[in-house]
Amino acid sequence: MLDTRTALETPEGIDLNLTVAGPIPRGLAWALDFLIRLGIYIGLILVLAQLEAFGIGLAMIAAFVLEWFYPVLFETLNHGVTPGKKALGLKVVHDDGSPVSWNASLIRNLLRAADFLPAFYALGSLISAFRPDFKRLGDIAAGTLVIYADKPPQAHALPPGEAEAPRVSLRLAEQQALLAFAERAPRLSPERQAELARLLVPELAARPETAVQELLAQGRWLAGPTR
Amino acid sequence: MKQQAFEQAHGVFWQAFEADLLLLEQGKSLGQEAAKALPARYRQICQHLSLARSRHYSPRLAERLNELVLRGHQQLYRSGRPLLAQVGHFLLAGFPAQVRAEARLFWLALGLFALPLGLAGLACFYSPEFIYSLMPELQVDQMERMYDPAKRALGRERESDTDVYMFGYYLMHNTGLGFQTFAGGMLYGVGSVFYLLYNGLILGGVAGHLSRLGYTGTFWPFVAGHGAFELTAIVLAGQAGLKLGAALLMPGLITRGAALKLAARPCVTLILGSALFFLVAAFIEAFWSSSAALPAALKYAVAGGLWAFVIAYLARAGREASHGA
Repeated sequence: MLDTRTALETPEGIDLNLTVAGPIPRGLAWALDFLIRLGIYIGLILVLAQLEAFGIGLAMIAAFVLEWFYPVLFETLNHGVTPGKKALGLKVVHDDGSPVSWNASLIRNLLRAADFLPAFYALGSLISAFRPDFKRLGDIAAGTLVIYADKPPQAHALPPGEAEAPRVSLRLAEQQALLAFAERAPRLSPERQAELARLLVPELAARPETAVQELLAQGRWLAGPTR
Repeated sequence: MKQQAFEQAHGVFWQAFEADLLLLEQGKSLGQEAAKALPARYRQICQHLSLARSRHYSPRLAERLNELVLRGHQQLYRSGRPLLAQVGHFLLAGFPAQVRAEARLFWLALGLFALPLGLAGLACFYSPEFIYSLMPELQVDQMERMYDPAKRALGRERESDTDVYMFGYYLMHNTGLGFQTFAGGMLYGVGSVFYLLYNGLILGGVAGHLSRLGYTGTFWPFVAGHGAFELTAIVLAGQAGLKLGAALLMPGLITRGAALKLAARPCVTLILGSALFFLVAAFIEAFWSSSAALPAALKYAVAGGLWAFVIAYLARAGREASHGA
């Protein structure tokens, strides 16, 4: 398996398709969150330092809360998304795809201290690299997954025109082949397009002269309305 | 059924479901009727997705239905009660009951902490050099100066703004250490054991060394009060970490992963309780223990009360509630 799609069966017997996120986007999301926190710390210190020891005390309280609970608060109150994860299109969910709870979020974030060992998340990265679901220690204990919140973009950039339903019902592989043809057609020479389309003449296209246009129309129908 | 007919037959239904999902996702609530009907509608859409897949309808349609199912799933399968409702139960019953439920791990953590504490204390009390095996010279020097009664007498009463500073410092430093003790449990318990032993050695060493120097008048009244919460919090963090370690070392008849997930919930209770104790300890330490003006006898009396409270709380709180549940 090269991609990281995982199917997850719900109680209704349906497979949900989730795309698990790997160490690199997760690391980047973490780095972004870290930069945001760093910015807040610097701002706090600049402002609160005016109040001398009292202000530094407040800054340390804020630093403690941010350092340990920043991800927990965002993940539980913002549907599993911290600002860094949002930028990378990531999201934390339970193993069963449901929104992450306080308990799970607390566990996975407190256990960062274990993943961090001996330095810079070395242990967590190593462990996640050996797992198909890319879980670090905190995710294993909490039963959480980091997934892509948005589905991979469906880039059906088809030449515009009429859409028409296929004349016979097609199997999935056949539909995909038709879609692939419609997508690639603009990059093929007209002769090659005609040559390929003619292969389907009695079954999908009525006449050899218009075969290309007919197939493109069916491809557009399969791809759905363009928004 | 052709795909077009299928889409025509159910398109309105899907759109209505999507509109309701949108409302839910924005945190609004549906009408009572609509809320009751939601699970049935969700199951209907699940069936449509199955049909779309088995009939090889276009990938676009399957993708759209899959998205609806995914979003519906997120709305239907939520876990947990509202946070505020849990806090009261946690304080009055949940947390102390959890500590008692894992009593063996509590005593183990206490032993791993108290034993080196006592031994290092005795060693440092009877040998002037032993403290230097535990910490660098610079730190020993700093500590001695902090509690030197001669210097204390000259020093002024700390102002209240430095109290806030110390509160922030204790909170960040001590609670962070507690969380690390807990997280160390993920390394098959080794990390938790290490932090328990290490903290026991250091704290015992300091107490023994300062007592040997005769700084008892400054040191003991200072630590007696918040010690009730701080030392207990260290043991509780250790207990939570050992619980993780035990799940990994002795999963029983289930897989290690499953044992870990089972252990996670009680661990959250324990570590949150520990963090709460650290918070209280930091508060007492910064605003009460540090005050040099109060007589030592008063401090010892309050410390006795705090210790009695902690022991009674962990031993008794929530007993009736846990029987009732």
